[in-house]
Amino acid sequence: MISQNLTHRHRVAILFHGFCFMVSWTGVVILGILLFHVTGEGLHWLDLQFLNDFPSRFPEKAGIKSALFGTVWLISLTALISIPLGVGAAIYLEEYAPKNAFTRFIDLNISNLAGVPSIVYGMLGLVIFVRWFNFDRSVLAGSMTMSLLILPIIIIASRESLRGVPNTIRQAAFALGATRWQTIYSHVLPASLPGILTGFILALSRSIGETAPLIMIGALTYVAFVPEGPMDEFAALPIQIFNWASRPQQEFHELAAAGILVLLIVLLLMNSVAVFIRHRLEKKNQ
Amino acid sequence: MNSSSKTEIRSRLPLETNVFQNRQAKNWREEVIKTVLLFCALISVLTTFAIVFILAQETGVFFKDVSVLDFLFGTQWTPLLEPRSFGVLPLVCGTVLIVVGAGSLALPIGLATAIYLSEYASTRVRSLLKPILEVLAGIPTIVYGYFALTFITPLLKTFFPKIQTFNAASASLVVGIMILPMVASLCDNAFRAVPDSLRQGAYAVGATQYEVTTGVVIPSALSGVMAAFVLALSRAIGETMAVTLAAGATAKLTMDPFVSIQTMTAYIVQVSLGDTPAGTIAYQTIFAVSALLFIITLCMNIISHRLLHRFREVYE
Amino acid sequence: MNRLLVCLTLSAVFLFSVCEKNSDANDRLKGKIRIDGSSTVFPITEAVAEEFQKLNRRVRVTVGISGTGGGFKKFGAGEIDINDASRSIKQSEIQKAEQNGIEFIELPIAYDGLSVVVNRDNDFVDHLTVTELRKIWQPGSTVMNWSDIRPEWPKKSIHLYGPGTDSGTFDYFTKVINGKSQASRPDFTASEDDNVLVMGVAGDENSLGFFGYAYYWENRSKLKLVPVDGGQGPIAPSGKTINDGTYKPLSRPIFIYVNKTGSKRPEVQEFVRFYIKNAPLFSKEVGYVPLPNKEYQAVLERFEKWLSGSLLSEKSRPGAKIKKVLFKGN
Repeated sequence: MISQNLTHRHRVAILFHGFCFMVSWTGVVILGILLFHVTGEGLHWLDLQFLNDFPSRFPEKAGIKSALFGTVWLISLTALISIPLGVGAAIYLEEYAPKNAFTRFIDLNISNLAGVPSIVYGMLGLVIFVRWFNFDRSVLAGSMTMSLLILPIIIIASRESLRGVPNTIRQAAFALGATRWQTIYSHVLPASLPGILTGFILALSRSIGETAPLIMIGALTYVAFVPEGPMDEFAALPIQIFNWASRPQQEFHELAAAGILVLLIVLLLMNSVAVFIRHRLEKKNQ
Repeated sequence: MNSSSKTEIRSRLPLETNVFQNRQAKNWREEVIKTVLLFCALISVLTTFAIVFILAQETGVFFKDVSVLDFLFGTQWTPLLEPRSFGVLPLVCGTVLIVVGAGSLALPIGLATAIYLSEYASTRVRSLLKPILEVLAGIPTIVYGYFALTFITPLLKTFFPKIQTFNAASASLVVGIMILPMVASLCDNAFRAVPDSLRQGAYAVGATQYEVTTGVVIPSALSGVMAAFVLALSRAIGETMAVTLAAGATAKLTMDPFVSIQTMTAYIVQVSLGDTPAGTIAYQTIFAVSALLFIITLCMNIISHRLLHRFREVYE
Repeated sequence: MNRLLVCLTLSAVFLFSVCEKNSDANDRLKGKIRIDGSSTVFPITEAVAEEFQKLNRRVRVTVGISGTGGGFKKFGAGEIDINDASRSIKQSEIQKAEQNGIEFIELPIAYDGLSVVVNRDNDFVDHLTVTELRKIWQPGSTVMNWSDIRPEWPKKSIHLYGPGTDSGTFDYFTKVINGKSQASRPDFTASEDDNVLVMGVAGDENSLGFFGYAYYWENRSKLKLVPVDGGQGPIAPSGKTINDGTYKPLSRPIFIYVNKTGSKRPEVQEFVRFYIKNAPLFSKEVGYVPLPNKEYQAVLERFEKWLSGSLLSEKSRPGAKIKKVLFKGN
């Protein structure tokens, strides 16, 4: 089966290696081009005025303040809602749930939900939060929709993290008479906290860039103010970018690029925070 | 365990003197906590039920007026214009066009990247390349849509001047870039799960690295690779913003990548741009299309799950 | 000591000037104003909202673009205070509003010349007659190439762009050209967002589209305007031809519809007054044609009278009545 022609085979092997090597760096090259293009288009619009102004029909006066604040409001509320629910569900599934069909059913649900397109979550949010609960186009409706979207990701990541805690720790606590919850609260959770936090921040980063669900619940309007409460209307970074990118004038396209830069910087900040927290907690655990 | 950690643990636990009374209180508290946590876990089940219920309800109303066959096999999608026609095939065709384009870019490149990462790359290179791929994966889809509209389309125009401003090619290229890291990462996981003994055995009989990779590793990891492909394609199907910005809003049955088309997701966005009020036929169409989208992605996710499980069993 | 004095004086001047600027802004009014509707009217409303909010910083104005029809659906359900409309309200929409107890006033605010455009590099289209437009856009139209319209034109496929079905511009165009509102061939790129249409036409040399004049004016370097022959020779839309009505049949008034209950709130009243008073300025700025000053006076009076209740007796068909009064020649 393996041919005798060694030189030929070697040549093929080297070519294949080279091919895989070059192709792998395609991804990097594309990322580089994308960042270069966006920065080139948008950097000159990025200044304090841009951050501090509201959207305007004049590109020179337009700014991203309402979108930035709206996004901050959105992720804060989303975090508040989704962390307890997500971590709670993960704890139940890893620590309490018996291994029966019902638990497998919940498992199946979660992995399916992780693959549902975000626009379907948007429809869910539209019907339940905007119509039934009557939250209208508010930050609350937006963040509840987002929470549902990222919940499966948080649950899966938290479960991985909880699974990573060695069973000996649990056993030791039980041996001393601790109840299940006491064990979890005082030992398992702290040990798995770095992983949970990382997973959570990654999920949140995903939610920042999601546009479709927000469009579905009606966030695509001209908004020139900062939300003052959870029931206020809001703008969000991805929506504002979408808005500007849809306009035909070149200046608005450049503004969209500047908005993208702001979005990417926010994402970078969040990921750095995640790495930092994980580092600190890992050190503490040691 | 040494004494200091013993005291540490003991001081964290609320050991009380009246054990019996506290046992009851503790049990009650434990039960409450357990129920609360169960409720958290049930939210996911509730969500699925809610999705299914909502989609089914409006779709049910929709199918009172429109026959299922007309919807699934009709070739004209004009639900909002006179004369009305509710054949969803143009939208499905638009989605397929985008997915095929994206897949032809992402699957080969992703696979090759995964091969390089797991078989060839040194740890140092791996620690550089993997984070970069993760960054690529973390870029929001709206950025890709913008990139398609402002960079890819003009670029394509210089090579193919007849291309329209809104076209399928740009969007599918960009969706391909988007799912590339996913393919690479999942395939990489699949390859790394192949026991090294298999590779060593092949090397022992004198195979080159190329032969080991193509003859041993890939076939062993095949179901994992296929699961990765299916999952990535499912993600491409559900992609919304890049296609809304770049692919256009004309529902037509065509395989031409240079014209404007409309995907299922872009249709939903187009109609909802104004927060469609309930009870109108437009409202019902977005539910019908969403239901179709949901069913398709659900089936693909289940298939991919099955493939992964089959693949896990082989080595355990 | 001297330096300190100078610093203090400078800071005092600076603070004073900052305060001075802020005191132009009014903090008296507060509340929310919800506006939605036509993408055609949006540029004017956006301008008004922006300037109004600069002067009244505690008022929050949101402006959506669901399309005239989409906006009316919300307006009739009482979900918004003001609807931007590029056509007048339909009978069915009036009924729906009445069912929900919504009373409204119709306020015309400018003229638009619905413009037909082609790509800038299109050198063969010199004008189009209404008959030709109908041939292109009617339901069941078989026009696929430019040569199907006039044999001397090239045999290249024609790509159509137009507003979506929730758009008042779409309603108006189909009614005037095809004879029936919403009747149209289906295979065109549709969007309620006129910006998308501009981008489509600007980037495609075989394209033909239509939208409000403001969107042409804003992007005139990228588009070519097509004069329309309504029976009296090809006329191109411009400030003059829209104003005196010679750009036929595609000249039309555009409106805002104000919810009566909403207008009881002081911030809404101030907003509408601000709107009417500044409509000449802003409509010109975005590219539409302002009404003659006398008509703006009449509109303002109408609003004030109606606020004070004197129009209640003439309520039976508010839309029709006001139109008759204000558009004597239309």
